[in-house]
Amino acid sequence: MIEFQRVHKAYKVGQREITALEPCDLQIEQGQIYGLIGHSGAGKSTLLRLINRLEEPSAGSILVDGEDVTALSPKGLRQFRQKLGMIFQHFNLLSSKTVADNVAMPLKLAGQMSSNQISSRVAMLLDRVGLTDHANKYPAQLSGGQKQRVGIARALATSPKILLCDEATSALDPQTTAQVLQLLNELNRELNLTIVLITHEMDVIRRICDQVAVLDKGKIVEQGPVAEVFLHPKHPTTQRFVYEAEQLDEDDINSDFERVSGRIIRLTFQGDATYAPLLGHVARETGVDYSILGGRIDHIRDTPYGQLTLSLVGGDADAAIAQLKSAQVTVEVLRG
Amino acid sequence: MNHFFSNIDWFDIWMATLDTLMMLGGSIIFTVLLGLPLGVLLFLTGPKQMYEQKGFYAALSLVVNVLRSLPFIILLIVMIPFTLMITGTSLGVAGAIPPLVAGATPFFARLVETALREVDKGIIEATQAMGASTKQIIFSALLPEARPGIIAAITVTAITLVSYTAMAGVVGAGGLGDLAIRYGYQRFQTDVMVVTVVLLLILVQILQSLGDRLVVHYSRK
Repeated sequence: MIEFQRVHKAYKVGQREITALEPCDLQIEQGQIYGLIGHSGAGKSTLLRLINRLEEPSAGSILVDGEDVTALSPKGLRQFRQKLGMIFQHFNLLSSKTVADNVAMPLKLAGQMSSNQISSRVAMLLDRVGLTDHANKYPAQLSGGQKQRVGIARALATSPKILLCDEATSALDPQTTAQVLQLLNELNRELNLTIVLITHEMDVIRRICDQVAVLDKGKIVEQGPVAEVFLHPKHPTTQRFVYEAEQLDEDDINSDFERVSGRIIRLTFQGDATYAPLLGHVARETGVDYSILGGRIDHIRDTPYGQLTLSLVGGDADAAIAQLKSAQVTVEVLRG
Repeated sequence: MNHFFSNIDWFDIWMATLDTLMMLGGSIIFTVLLGLPLGVLLFLTGPKQMYEQKGFYAALSLVVNVLRSLPFIILLIVMIPFTLMITGTSLGVAGAIPPLVAGATPFFARLVETALREVDKGIIEATQAMGASTKQIIFSALLPEARPGIIAAITVTAITLVSYTAMAGVVGAGGLGDLAIRYGYQRFQTDVMVVTVVLLLILVQILQSLGDRLVVHYSRK
């Protein structure tokens, strides 16, 4: 478990003090995939690097499995870092070493395994990420997705319990992103690996995260389970992320609304309610006609959800809304 | 044709070539041994690097710049008492190596510093994140990643040293440069001048193409 207690970070630039991260509290449970989302400069990268102290906190304490890492000696810090994996946006593989040597590097640095043990561990890791055939190639000969898989194998070499991901998919195309996220998802389940990832893409959060914290200007403005934050965003920054992810444009929505009559509501289904044949049922019972203005049925990690915008015409609209509410559907009235 | 080469004593040329090669070999070894750590030190203490030390870096930089701005011919003469202290002589191959090393080391150290700065900072960060010590970062990440750049730096330095060895002839170091000055220039023996210059040219060509090949061999990008 990772715990931030009133951690904050400020830089000194000349005489001025610049706050990178305002005092924040955070709890990340073992086995969770925790997403930190924010625009560039929001402080997410700083927050991630505080965990393995690539950045030193200005104040506060960071507990990892109960141990305060801000109090570690230089030697203790090196040993602690050996138990933590990290992957990067630009992979940061050594261009002078082969794929196998890159993966072997953390093991060689730790110096606790014989070279036989190292090579069998490397072979196993490369097999797990599907790169056995590329063991003797150099990073420059690989595609972006392959490089990131080398990065993941290298990060997991010392069997860490925590993996830090620094914009791990931001340099990859959508298909490769999906594959890398799938791999992270599997590793999280197989190894009960805690994953902390930072991203500026809501889609990454939606696909694999359990929990999310939204950062804006060095502050955590919203945090909680992904479905909660994603389906019912409260802070303007979060709302903007959701809108971007849904490719919604407020002006378009308003002009659509002008073309329909009746009341406009937005329904949010979650879990099994997503698949229930609810709309037709409610329409029959209350005599309301509905038309769908927009919507999406998808998953947040494993939880199905649906979000529909409807206009209701005729019948007993109030009764229809009441029925929907009683069926565990969140109803927002956009136009009364 | 025979008339043109009338002044040439091929045995002298051979001995002078050997002297030049020995001066070059000896000075390049010591230059790398001293300049590589110095370059690493300059890099590590430089602006925005792992061990940024503004005062120390400025002082070290100044020393390096002073040595680099000193004309080599002056350095040769200034170094004489110091050379006597180290080698017991200021003449011959042994007498030439200390000033050659003193002239080339600061130059080489700067090239090493530049080569190390070319290493992607992300790689250093990744190595730190693995829990590497400073020594491990230098030997497992920085130097291997900068290897092509360092080889190129050695090549450039070796070629600079070829022209320095020729100058060292002025203070009695021997070698091809000495032959060129004493016979070719002072006795107007143009044939000697031509032969020594051609030999130096060949030497430079060999060094450059060897260096280029090694750089290509070790480049993985």
